[in-house]
Amino acid sequence: MGTYLVLIYDDEKRFAETPREVMADMHERHVAFIANNKASIVGGAQLTTSDTATTIRHTEGGATVTDGTFLETKEVLGGYYVIEAPDYDQALALAKQVPSIYGAIEVWPQREPGGDLKIEQ
Amino acid sequence: MTDASAEAASAVAAAHEREWAFVLAATARVTGDLDAAEDCVQDAYAQALVHWTRGGVPAKPGAWLTTVATRRALELRRRAATAARKLPLLVPDPVDELPYDFPDERLRLVFTCCHPALAPEAQVALTLRLVCGLSTVEVARALLVSETTMQARITRAKKKIAATGIPYRVPSPSELPERLASVLDVVHLVFSSGYTAASGRQLTRPELAERGIQLARMLRLLLPGEREVSGLLALMLLTDARRAARADAAGRLVRLEDQDRSLWDRALIAEAEALVEQSLSAPPAGRYALMAAIAALHDEALTWAATDWPQIVALYDLLLAGWPSPVVALNRAVALSFVDGAAAALAAVDELGADPRLAAYPYLAATRAELLRQLGETDAAAAAYDEALLLTSNEVEAEFLTRRRAALGSP
Repeated sequence: MGTYLVLIYDDEKRFAETPREVMADMHERHVAFIANNKASIVGGAQLTTSDTATTIRHTEGGATVTDGTFLETKEVLGGYYVIEAPDYDQALALAKQVPSIYGAIEVWPQREPGGDLKIEQ
Repeated sequence: MTDASAEAASAVAAAHEREWAFVLAATARVTGDLDAAEDCVQDAYAQALVHWTRGGVPAKPGAWLTTVATRRALELRRRAATAARKLPLLVPDPVDELPYDFPDERLRLVFTCCHPALAPEAQVALTLRLVCGLSTVEVARALLVSETTMQARITRAKKKIAATGIPYRVPSPSELPERLASVLDVVHLVFSSGYTAASGRQLTRPELAERGIQLARMLRLLLPGEREVSGLLALMLLTDARRAARADAAGRLVRLEDQDRSLWDRALIAEAEALVEQSLSAPPAGRYALMAAIAALHDEALTWAATDWPQIVALYDLLLAGWPSPVVALNRAVALSFVDGAAAALAAVDELGADPRLAAYPYLAATRAELLRQLGETDAAAAAYDEALLLTSNEVEAEFLTRRRAALGSP
């Protein structure tokens, strides 16, 4: 069993021009996805728009805080799920059901906790 | 070298080619880890060389190797020597006792190596490494990249398999068509990398083309009902059947239309024709089945002029409807020139010229050049040959284009 982070990237600028019923439909599809996969979904959230994000960098002089996201891209992180699946194929199959209108979904395996700390025998 | 050691060496080489995937897949079930299994199998082949020289080649070399490799695997596991690996390539439910009969698990190996979450070039490298048993040096040489690059590519792919949890199994029936398509593309890529080497002095790398055919034969044994497997094998056999005629004595490229058809391998063509029939035995026709049917029409024609061009154009239309591709559209345009003439074909080619995916494709410029030559537009043809020459990196092909350009007799 593995834990996977499913990142939802989308073009939020285009959301403003997207008809309301299309947006409502996407919302419905998220609700359905959550309802259908309760056992596999560990967590997740919708994020506020990227103009509310703040980037922190650790430099020699301490932490610098700047407005905006770390990467300037058209598609920005809009939300995420944390899912559990027996293997990568099933994780991908689940992630394929996550709606995204203009963007893409990324599936990242989570590293096993303590994986680096195992003592060699 | 003594007779016994020569015999043992050739038996080991033959077993390497034929049995590697089977032995590795069986051993992986005991180690529970592909990397560890590779070590054990390599060790078994090394031992075979010694034992077979001394005691003769066993009746069933594959069974001998599997027994030795799995015994070693079990021994290592009991000593827990592999437990310290950080990211093992895990195989589910490893067996604790050695079975008398090892089930054939090569398909699991193939589907893991050709998983679509891996980069295509990594899929090819892993397949050659794990399924064909080529060493990293051999894979690097076959695919014309440096050993360091190949080592990094294979390590990265293995790391992704381990970190993501790509399962070591045959996909479920519902996933099979999509996953099989990805396996067939890898096998086709192995073959075509061998058929026209991307760069270098030799036109073909027969050893790689041969590996592609062996892989397809293996898949056909393991998945006898899959029509696209038959289609792919047929396509490769029909292409390979022309190998002897494809270059002249000086190693120069000979076009299909100029080839000495008496040099074509009739036995391969006959074998492939039966496979084409099988691949088209039920609708809908698959991509490789259609490509094989086109290749079969070429191989069946007694002369270039006698080729059934209208039928070929019709098959290209089917192919384009299901799998739109600018390269296929270019091939269709060539066939069209024999049905509707060079001018109609040139119009189709020029339309394709706008496609950015073909911008660096040397065959587009080369095809334009041929059509312009046929239409008597010598200057434009020369310019198109120059463009094609700039784009190709295979020296044999470049030499051919230079000759064609010179034959124009002007600029």
